Amino acid sequence: MDILAIFISAIFVNNIVLAQYLGNCPYLGCSKEKGVALGMGGAVIFVIIVATLCTWLIQKHVLEPLALGYLQTIVFIVVIAALVQFVEMFLKKAMPPLYLALGIFLPLITTNCAVMGVTILVQREGYGLFESVVWGLAYGLGFTLALLLMAGIRERLDTCRLPKAMAGTPLALIMAGLMSLAFMGFKGMGH
Amino acid sequence: MSIMSEFTKGLWKELPPFRLVLGLCPTLAVTNTADNGLGMGLAVIFVLVLSNMLISMVRSIIPKTVRIACFIVIAASLVVAVELLMQAYAYPLYQQLGIFVPLIVVNCIILGRAEAFAAKNGVAASIADGFGIGIGYTVSLTFLGSLREVFGNGTWFGHHVMWQGFEPFRIMVQAPGAFICLGLILAGMNMFNFWQARRRGGKPQELLGCGCCSGCTACGSGNEAAR
Repeated sequence: MDILAIFISAIFVNNIVLAQYLGNCPYLGCSKEKGVALGMGGAVIFVIIVATLCTWLIQKHVLEPLALGYLQTIVFIVVIAALVQFVEMFLKKAMPPLYLALGIFLPLITTNCAVMGVTILVQREGYGLFESVVWGLAYGLGFTLALLLMAGIRERLDTCRLPKAMAGTPLALIMAGLMSLAFMGFKGMGH
Repeated sequence: MSIMSEFTKGLWKELPPFRLVLGLCPTLAVTNTADNGLGMGLAVIFVLVLSNMLISMVRSIIPKTVRIACFIVIAASLVVAVELLMQAYAYPLYQQLGIFVPLIVVNCIILGRAEAFAAKNGVAASIADGFGIGIGYTVSLTFLGSLREVFGNGTWFGHHVMWQGFEPFRIMVQAPGAFICLGLILAGMNMFNFWQARRRGGKPQELLGCGCCSGCTACGSGNEAAR
């Protein structure tokens, strides 16, 4: 039951893009087509899970015993950057089809604040290892959902006539606002 | 003269979140009050100026293949310094900004300027660039924060400014207000560009995209993403 609550909370109530304002650059940059959105979403889910796992272990077994908590930021970003590189190399060697699908998105993910944000969030909330990984997965799914919805709308918009000043990013932001308004309707669901 | 122009371009021509559509997450997240916007902007100025300075100092020693990793480590060390300073001297603000203080390290403005400017230019020019972009970012954040605070809460920097009986639009200080406000500002920016171009008879200046972000070629965006 708990896990279900986590999923509902992370995907709908506290959606990472629409309620927590994380990962906006890829949300606007990679939401032109559904295929690209799906690829980006998949890559983010994958990296978030691995990154949450690694940073959780490092935080609890290296930083905290040595009282180095203040180095969290620098250690996490280095771990994530190294991890992304490693995942890229691993996929290239071991799973070429997956690499073809996700590969081009991986370098972008280092500077995606959704990944870094989730790893810090689960530390601040004080979750256990299993819970943290589930939160990571659920946040990743929420990100993918938001990205896919946006891509669907934007594909439709391509065929519409828009005021010239509104076309592109301004309209995408306003649609994100409306979508976030709709998602606010889920508030109170997780209780 | 050139240093002056490096400085001033950040104030209008390459105004970070409105012209270069960069660093959006903190722009949206911390601008629920003017105070927070200003505080975030100051933290970014600190990190940006010092990271630009350090990166342009060591730019000739860093091998090209590992430069992004080096930039990230430099930026991360500075962010840790900001975190500690804020905990010591501005703890309430630190709590307000929450997770977005450590996230300065993945703010694309820092890495974008490092890659696009500091890695290619001298120390003085890089510092000027950092100050210009940083101040532009601060002004933009404060502006957006003021707008949202005045309409969403009826206050400005914590003081009441609206008339008696003003019913605040609560939505403005919440997530949807952030997106819609920024969208309208960008649209206004575009309209101004078109108007200016028509008056001068030239081509309108496009919004610059996340093109200077490290690996952005992949999302097929560059300048296109901004449009």
